[in-house]
Amino acid sequence: MLDVQNLSMRFGGLLAVDGVSLDVQEREIVSIIGPNGAGKTTVFNCLSGFYKPTGGKVIFEGKEIQGTPDYKISRRGMVRTFQHVRLFTQMTVVENLLVAQHRHLNTNMLAGLFGTPNYKEREQSALDRAAYWLERVGLLDLANRDAGNLAYGQQRRLEIARCMVTEPKLLMLDEPAAGLNPAETKELNQLIVSLKEDYNVSVVLIEHDMSLVMDISDRINVINQGKPLASGTPEEIRHNDDVIKAYLGEA
Amino acid sequence: MTANNYRHALFCAVVTLIISFPILGLNLEAKGVKITLTGAQTSTYIAIALAAVAVFVFQAFRDSFMGVLGKLPNLNPLAGREPMEQSKRVKLESWILTGIVVFALFWPFLVSRGSVDLATLVLIYIMLALGLNVVVGLAGLLDLGYVAFYAVGAYTFALLSQYTGISFWMALPIGALLAGVTGMILGFPVLRLRGDYLAIVTLGFGEIIRILLNNWTSLTGGPNGIGGIPEPTLFGMEFGRRVKEEGNTSFHETFGIAYSGEHKVIFLYLIALVLAVITALIIRRFMRMPVGRAWEALREDEIAARSLGLSRTAVKLSAFTIGAFFAGFAGTVFASKQGFISPESFVFLESAIILAIVVLGGMGSQLGVILAAIAVTILPELAREFSEYRMLIFGAAMVLMMVWRPQGLLPVRRIQITLKKQE
Ligand SMILES: Nc1ncnc2c1ncn2[C@@H]1O[C@H](COP(=O)(O)OP(=O)(O)OP(=O)(O)O)[C@@H](O)[C@H]1O
Ligand SMILES: [Mg+2]
Repeated sequence: MLDVQNLSMRFGGLLAVDGVSLDVQEREIVSIIGPNGAGKTTVFNCLSGFYKPTGGKVIFEGKEIQGTPDYKISRRGMVRTFQHVRLFTQMTVVENLLVAQHRHLNTNMLAGLFGTPNYKEREQSALDRAAYWLERVGLLDLANRDAGNLAYGQQRRLEIARCMVTEPKLLMLDEPAAGLNPAETKELNQLIVSLKEDYNVSVVLIEHDMSLVMDISDRINVINQGKPLASGTPEEIRHNDDVIKAYLGEA
Repeated sequence: MTANNYRHALFCAVVTLIISFPILGLNLEAKGVKITLTGAQTSTYIAIALAAVAVFVFQAFRDSFMGVLGKLPNLNPLAGREPMEQSKRVKLESWILTGIVVFALFWPFLVSRGSVDLATLVLIYIMLALGLNVVVGLAGLLDLGYVAFYAVGAYTFALLSQYTGISFWMALPIGALLAGVTGMILGFPVLRLRGDYLAIVTLGFGEIIRILLNNWTSLTGGPNGIGGIPEPTLFGMEFGRRVKEEGNTSFHETFGIAYSGEHKVIFLYLIALVLAVITALIIRRFMRMPVGRAWEALREDEIAARSLGLSRTAVKLSAFTIGAFFAGFAGTVFASKQGFISPESFVFLESAIILAIVVLGGMGSQLGVILAAIAVTILPELAREFSEYRMLIFGAAMVLMMVWRPQGLLPVRRIQITLKKQE
């Protein structure tokens, strides 16, 4: 469903991403790994429309989307999380999820002012969807807390829930396990697998936690200094000499 | 550390001297065609010196002063109390609001004409502040030229009444819509800008509109303004001693009561009250709607909001337009109340006052904004004797607020939503 060809991104003199290609099929978890500063987040920023790539193609469901504004890409069903959690901190947990469902709501102002049946119905189904996902990530009891007051692990889960209420086809997670303790990482592991198995979502994952990556990925892409180094199944990557030298070896 | 403190304090004192001496200590005097520079009275020099000393002392011991200020809230007997239960609080708040509105409906019949007139002005400011609260408090867009839309509303009514003889009730929606459209047109090019840049550009737009009104003499009458703006009518009944418009009747004759100038003032007040309540209710509704949540989301984190499919331009533009709309609303009422308007009424200071109301009230909070509007408009009237020091008191109040309650009088409370557990 996602096909990235020869993607490159240049910042002035720095070629942060240089000829990266990857593809994601339906119901697949594809990981991007690489040392710090390899350009993983920059790849995400190009895919999600946050940067306009300086070269290459991004094809999502048969359409070229490189250079499309970020909010339009998101509306097509490609949604991301951020390396540093980005919640609407002064809004409550539910409100965070309602904002995300903007597209599913009746945003006609007059309909809202007069509370037409269609408006109420959609508002209610948005609330129900929010409740469902809060329950799913174990935050239902905290629904009316300010998002900024949640513990770090809870904020991470809320960010994923916020993506899921948009009913995406492809979910991009940027280091979702960063800062989580082993128990939380394990829960996250199960959650991501269930997103694929139960909700038919494809996942692109950037992660430093090797056990997580090796456990759940269908395929892995390794980048080093912006250049693709290797790609394959976890088993292949584990035994790839280049990867061991460049990345696993030094860790 | 302390040496550094003193050096800083000395610097501040010197700056005070450098700024205040030429402004206060030197006078330009015209003798015939020549202008000469003369000194001021000795008392002025003493005052300047005292001010410099005060600045020095404050800056040198700033930390301890601020420490003391920081502890003061503990004297507040209510400080340590438990927050009220959610459902109780909502009930209490709605009771208080209903109480205020009911009281506001009846009290003009009990007080003097001047008070009612002032209260009308307060209500106009409430409308303005509620509208600006959408732009600044909710959407987080610092708009320093808000008064421009107020002017558009007022001038729309004034001009239409002059050229077409339109009535207040027709002009009200037209003025508001035109102000909204102006907001949208002005908003479009500037909304890419952020923070300070947006503030400066909107400030510029505010001034451009005022200067335009001032100089387009053939249309707006320039600095002379426009007079003879009609008052609102009640089902075709006028409140003047004599009927001005063909086909209208007069209020006092219809009801067979003696003519009194007060009827008109009270009627205007009641109109302003109803419109202010409507404004508050509509905006309150917006805050609970997708558009209101989108405003806040964009204020909180623009990147995240966009990554979830919100269009920055559409969301910001809607905030700008709706804010401008209510400013136009208030402008029409203002024009009708004054009967005469000129560019004088739409200077930057007005924008600053409305912004101060929003900040004092607690960004985003409606009840807070209403209380602050009352305080900011009425207190200077009560302290007439100190009117020279009005701006000084105003500034001091702002600084104290920033120290004590940076979140404003009544910070926003989040709306609580009950969720049904899903299977
Ligand atoms: N907006 C930008 N302007 C200039 N340089 C940038 C920009 N964004 C990223 N870079 C550079 O691009 C390179 C890749 O950064 P990126 O954040 O993509 O790495 P990463 O693989 O995500 O690293 P990490 O594992 O630390 O998150 C870095 O050298 C970074 O300094
Ligand atoms: Mg990164």
